[in-house]
Order: sequence, then C-alpha cells, then structure tokens
Amino acid sequence: MSLSELTRIPTETAAMTTTPLLDVRGLSIALPPGADRPLAVDNLTFTLNPDEILCVVGESGSGKSMTAHAMMGLLPAPHVRVAGGSLLFKGKDVLTMPEAEQRSLRGGRIAMVFQEPMTALNPLMRVGRQIGESLREHTDLPAPARRARVVELLAQVGLPNPAELAEAYPFRLSGGQRQRVMIAMALACQPDILIADEPTTALDVTTQKQILDLIRSIQAERHMGMMFITHDFGVVAEIAHRVAVMRHGKLVEYGPASDVLNRPQHPYTRQLIASVPHYIEHRDDHTKAGAPLLVADKVRKVFHVGGGLFKASKEVVAGDDLSLTIHPGETVGLVGESGSGKSTLGRSIVGLIKPDSGRILFQGTDLLALDRKGFRPYRRAVQMVFQDPYASLNPRHRVGDIVAQGPVAFGEDRGKALARARELLAMVGLDGSAADRYPHEFSGGQRQRIGIARALAMEPKLLVADEPVSALDVSVQGQVLELLDDIRKRLNLAMLFITHDLRVAAQVCDTIAVMRRGRIVELGTAREVFTNPRDAYTRSLLDAIPGKSWHIPEDLQAKMGSGVAGAH
Amino acid sequence: MMKSEFWRAFARNKGAVLGLVILAAIVFLAAFASFLFPNDPWDMATAPFQPPLSEDALLGSDMLGRDIAAGIAHGARVSLLIGLTSTAAALAIGVTLGALAGFHGGRVDDAIMRFTELFQTIPNFVLAVVLVAIFTPSLTTIVLAIAIVSWPPLARLARAEFLSLRTREFVQAAITTGQSNTTIILRQILPNSLSPIIVSASLMVATAILLESSLSFLGLGDPNAMSWGYMIGAARTVIRQAWWMSVFPGLAIVLTVLALNLVGEGLNDALNPKLARSRG
Repeated sequence: MSLSELTRIPTETAAMTTTPLLDVRGLSIALPPGADRPLAVDNLTFTLNPDEILCVVGESGSGKSMTAHAMMGLLPAPHVRVAGGSLLFKGKDVLTMPEAEQRSLRGGRIAMVFQEPMTALNPLMRVGRQIGESLREHTDLPAPARRARVVELLAQVGLPNPAELAEAYPFRLSGGQRQRVMIAMALACQPDILIADEPTTALDVTTQKQILDLIRSIQAERHMGMMFITHDFGVVAEIAHRVAVMRHGKLVEYGPASDVLNRPQHPYTRQLIASVPHYIEHRDDHTKAGAPLLVADKVRKVFHVGGGLFKASKEVVAGDDLSLTIHPGETVGLVGESGSGKSTLGRSIVGLIKPDSGRILFQGTDLLALDRKGFRPYRRAVQMVFQDPYASLNPRHRVGDIVAQGPVAFGEDRGKALARARELLAMVGLDGSAADRYPHEFSGGQRQRIGIARALAMEPKLLVADEPVSALDVSVQGQVLELLDDIRKRLNLAMLFITHDLRVAAQVCDTIAVMRRGRIVELGTAREVFTNPRDAYTRSLLDAIPGKSWHIPEDLQAKMGSGVAGAH
Repeated sequence: MMKSEFWRAFARNKGAVLGLVILAAIVFLAAFASFLFPNDPWDMATAPFQPPLSEDALLGSDMLGRDIAAGIAHGARVSLLIGLTSTAAALAIGVTLGALAGFHGGRVDDAIMRFTELFQTIPNFVLAVVLVAIFTPSLTTIVLAIAIVSWPPLARLARAEFLSLRTREFVQAAITTGQSNTTIILRQILPNSLSPIIVSASLMVATAILLESSLSFLGLGDPNAMSWGYMIGAARTVIRQAWWMSVFPGLAIVLTVLALNLVGEGLNDALNPKLARSRG
C-alpha cells in the first residue's frame, strides 16, 4: 500500500501518541523458489499499541500466520526467511537482536497461543508442569512459588479445580479446556504482547464464545497488546479494536474496527464481509407440497467403542429417536456441535451406516429393511457431498472419470457418461478441460464443485451435504453455497444440509433441526428457529454466534440464487 | 504422480542411483550368462584349485575345476529369478489377504489376521527349511517356500493401508455412487496403497535372495541350478586353502542385496515424498 493510503488511517485513541508496543515496518518474508509467489509477506507495515486488540484478517495463504511466526522466530528456516524490514518491540529490532535476547523475549515478553490445542500441548507431560516450564525458563521463582503461580493461572483462565487440574494429562481435558491451558501458559510470564493464531477455529461455537470472552477480559485486565489472527469477520466484530486485512501477503485495509466493519473501503474487504454467512430476513418459508420425499422415523444408532476378546465395549449413543421429514425441493438443515450425531443421521440416509432401529422411508419404501441388492436402485436417488475437498476425490483418477464412475457402475455407456460428466462440470462452473486433469490441480473450492458434479451425475432426488463448506475459505464458501442453492432450485432437489455453523444454515435452509448429544432438540422453519427459538440449547447456540450484534452493511448483504458463480 | 517428478526424486538419492547401476550390471550378467560363459557351469573347465587371474579362470576354479566366474554369472540368474518370483508370489498372497482383511474389517479381519499370526510365530528360516525338505528341493518348491514364509509382513502392511483408506471420503463416495466392492478395492484403494507396498517388496527381493542362498548353503538348493549359496556351501571346507571359492560368490550376494536395499530406499524417497523430506 502506498504512503498516501497509510496517512489516511485515522487515529483512534490517545494510545497512538505513546510509543507502540510493536512496530512492524516494511516486513517482507521470502518463500523458497518454486513457491506460488516470491514473497509470503510483502512490505507489511502496522503497529500494535498497549491495551489494544489488533485483528489480522485474511484467508488461507494471505501471510497472516507467517507474520506471527516471524515475530516468534518460528519461520521454517532456511527455506522461508525474512527478506527485509524490521520488527520493533518497544523500539528495539527483534530481528537483529542476539539469539539469547530473542529467546528471553519470546515466551517472556511476547507469548503465543496456537490454533490446535490438541497438538500444542505435550501429551506426556502434566499440564501444571508444562505451564511451570516457561516460569522456570523466564523467572527465578523457587519451585513451590511456581506451583502456586500455576494454580493461580489456571484459576484465572476459568478452569474448575485448578489444583487438581494441574496434575492432569492433556488427554483428560476437552478442547476448550486445553485452549484455556494454552492461554494460561502464554500468560505465565505476564507478557506485554499476546499473539493468538486462530485460537478458536478448532472449537465448537459455544466453546468459542467462552474463549473469546476470556481472551477479551484478560486483555482488558492486563492492558496487554494483542495480535489476534482470524479468518472470521464475526470474531473480528466480537473483539477487535483495530483491524488489518491481508491478501496475498499485502496489507489491503487497516483501521479502527468500526470503520472496517461498517464502512469497508477496499473491494477485497467488501467481498470478504459480503461472504460472511448470515440469516436472510426476507427469505420465504418453503411451501411443503405433496408427499414427503424422505421420512426418518425414530432412527437410533449406538456405536460400540473399544472392547476386545475379554473386555466389554463401551456404548456411545450417536443418535436416538431421530425423526424428520424432507419434502421435494426443501432444504433441511441439521445443525449441531461436534459429536452431536448430525453426521450419523446423514450417513444413515445415504446407507454408509446401518442404524440399529427406526425407519428411513424414501417415497414410502423403508430403506433400512432392504438388502444390499434391493437398496442399490435407491443409491442413485440419494447422493452425498462430502466435507473434505482434499480427501473426497481419488488423487489417482482424472476428474472426468471421478464424475462418470457412478453412472458407469450403474451400467451406463462409458463414453456417454464421460460426455455427461463434461456437461456437469460446466454446470458447476468449471471449464471443459477440467475433465482431463487430476484433482491436485484444483483449489479447494473447485474440488468441492467436482464433488457436487459427481453427486449430480447420479441424477439424485435428495442431496445430503455433510459440512460441504466448512473446509473452505470464506469467500469461496459463499460461492459454493450459492452454487448449491442455484442447482437445488434448477433441479428441484431436496437437500439435507449438515453443518456446525448456524450462520451457514441460516443462509441456505428452509427448515432447521438442531441436534445435541444424539437428539433433535428443536425442529422448525428457519424463521422460527432464528427469531423465536424454543429450546434453551438453541438459544445458547444463537447467542454464541460471533459478532451477532454487528450487522453486515446493507449494500453487502447476500442475495441467494443470482445464478452460477464463477469458479475459484 | 508425474514420471519425470518420480525420477527427479529418485535421482536425488545418490545411493539409490548407485544401487540401480549395480543392479543393472547384475541383470546384464544374468541375461548374458550363457553368451559370456557358454559352457555348463557344472562342467570341468580347467584344473582344480586354480587361483584367481589364472589363464582359463578369471576368478579361479573350485575343487572340481569348475569356473567360479561362470558359476557366479549363472548363479545370478537363479538368485534373481528366485528373488523376483518368490516376491511376486508373496505379494499375491499377502496383498490379497491384507486387502480383504482391511476392507471388510470385523470378523473377516479377525480370521485373516489370526491366520497371519500363525505364520509369524514360526521362525521364517526354520519353516522354509522344513517346507523345502518335505517337498524335495527344486526351483518351484524353493520359490513357494520363500513366498510362504515372507507374505505375512506384506499382508499386515496392505491391511493397514486398506484400513486407513477405507474410511477416506473418496472411498465412501465410491460406495454411495454404487460401485461394487471389487471395483472399490482394485480401482479406488489399491492404486493409492501401492507406494509402501512397492517399497517393501523391493526390500523383500533382497531377503528372498538371502533366504535362497542360505537354503543352498545347507544343501537344500535345486541340485540342477548353480547358485551362489551352493558355491559357498561347497567351498566352506576348503576356505583356508582356497579363499576365492567362497569370497567371490559371497561378494556377489553382498552387492546384490546392497543394491536392492539402496534401490528400495530410493523408491521410498520417491514414492513417499513427505517422509523423505522430514528425514532430510
């Protein structure tokens, strides 16, 4: 960005007049030759003040994490290295400091919280000792004092029974608790700067809310400077004081949160904000016409885990008393947190899982009563779109073959099936040559389009979409949702849309079923569920949506069904 | 994976290239054995106990006047033939059983794995000796015996690959699009599980050659086929007087096994690039 643009940034608080805690000037990070671009971070300039939360927003590959890693000395040297610029911490350049001084800074004055609490903790060390490590490294507290401090820290991050918990191993804690331990560890030496790299992305929405609340209160209490890296504008609206938007390693917009969120200037920021999924107020209720296409009636599935020759297995009820109906042309959303059993129901309907009891009626025929041969014709009618665009396509087959394989298995002529595959690929917004290429040549969003084409090749009546956009970047997410909506309307498809994200469900679904611990706790039209939730759990889910008090600027609100979006 | 990419990754490992060169030389020797040494290696070619570099025998002769060099060239045939065919047979048994166990899981898996363990509990070499001794030594029985003792690790490997690939979404997509189990096993899963199987198969060729040599050393080789193991076994009584009789066939075994191991490692680097990078 040019200097003239930089000077446009309005000064927000008196904090600007004091020396910034962190002053990043013209930072460039070089990627190894042969990477998709020469610089991961290109001439980046921003400041972080004391008592401020700066949100760095960007999609995957924008260089936002690289910036944080450069600060913590975590760049994978020698392949990736700082190519220019400076990182001033209280006026001293971190990059030119002697190694020992850098080390005492990191973990001491600058601390970091990572995205994956599962892998960031050493699984073989009690959590108390892990927190104590950095105290031993950076302070000269005696052992008993360290232990007391650890318990105090665990209490501060809101963990119950801190003294007992300090003796626990990480595997005994839930994801949210682990992230709290990570935060306690980062806070151990009372850092001036806390860097949080997508700390809530791996968490369920209600846990995310608790962690965000915790981070915000701790930051306010200690007047720390905080650099919060995220891809989610909802989270930004929740906690940011200032926002820096990055794209392809460059800073594209930088300013106070209220300006960036409500009056975004740069087209990319506007596009990102427009892609934030949200409930569309004026959506019409779906009119249920005719007989239901699919009825799930009291479906129950119990998984047996563990156990062996001489040991009884443990029972996990993944689904109990699950009943719902889907009418032709209707989109039913199945919403729930991880482990709620939403995928179990979806997989039961496509026949990947055999439920223990209950009925799944497709146009009046009970699919569960059919044997393998009897079920086969129904395979065509019910198709699935999978979650992970990287795992759902066979890396050794050409895209055209992947799409045509289903019809060929049902006895269609191979040449015809391939020709049809090309048509379908065009329909989902990919160009004709796509059929001859291999999956690894496509981006995540494009692969998801291929997955959709594969499902459509079977000419299904019902599409089960299992978290089809959760692995995608926000802007791509919007395009794929739009494509699904468009196809559904054009082909009058019914859809079961499984998601953990209420915002996504709000945008695409007519009817929403909320699941918790294997049960459907609320079932109603999207309008009812969003404006007048009856169940307490639904209310807590709605309440946990990040940035709910922020309204996307009017001119950027999405209008679904405006035609097939271009491929990305 | 693109072919040129594969070669570049393979060539980055200098040892693997060296291994490939040695292996090519041995294959050449085996292929042209009857051209280079037209006489039967069992026939007397010169006086007994000729040291290396003598007139009629480059690498010397043994106690019956047979040419050591001719024996090594013709032995290379037997070693390579047995190494390759027994590995192919072991692959056929191991991968089939492993694939079935991994794909079906549950009781099928239990049954096949218990059967596999049965073989793993018996020491390899002892079982091979017993099998060859029962079925009278010949090339076929030796190949079968080696295959029968070497398939269990391949079965376990194939099973592990199938177990993890079976839950991958592209396999589930194949199920929901109505593809048959055979299609899914052969077209969807098998091509994706081949890399580690190829690598361990290349190492298994080396093991098979060693097994064959050991059997021949004990006198359980095919009596009509000249073999490195037999040459060492026959010469062991005169090793103090005539070192060349056992050292040259021994060197041949060492070089072949070493070359196969180097090539196997290179294949591993090229086919499992993620593992290779984390090591280097």
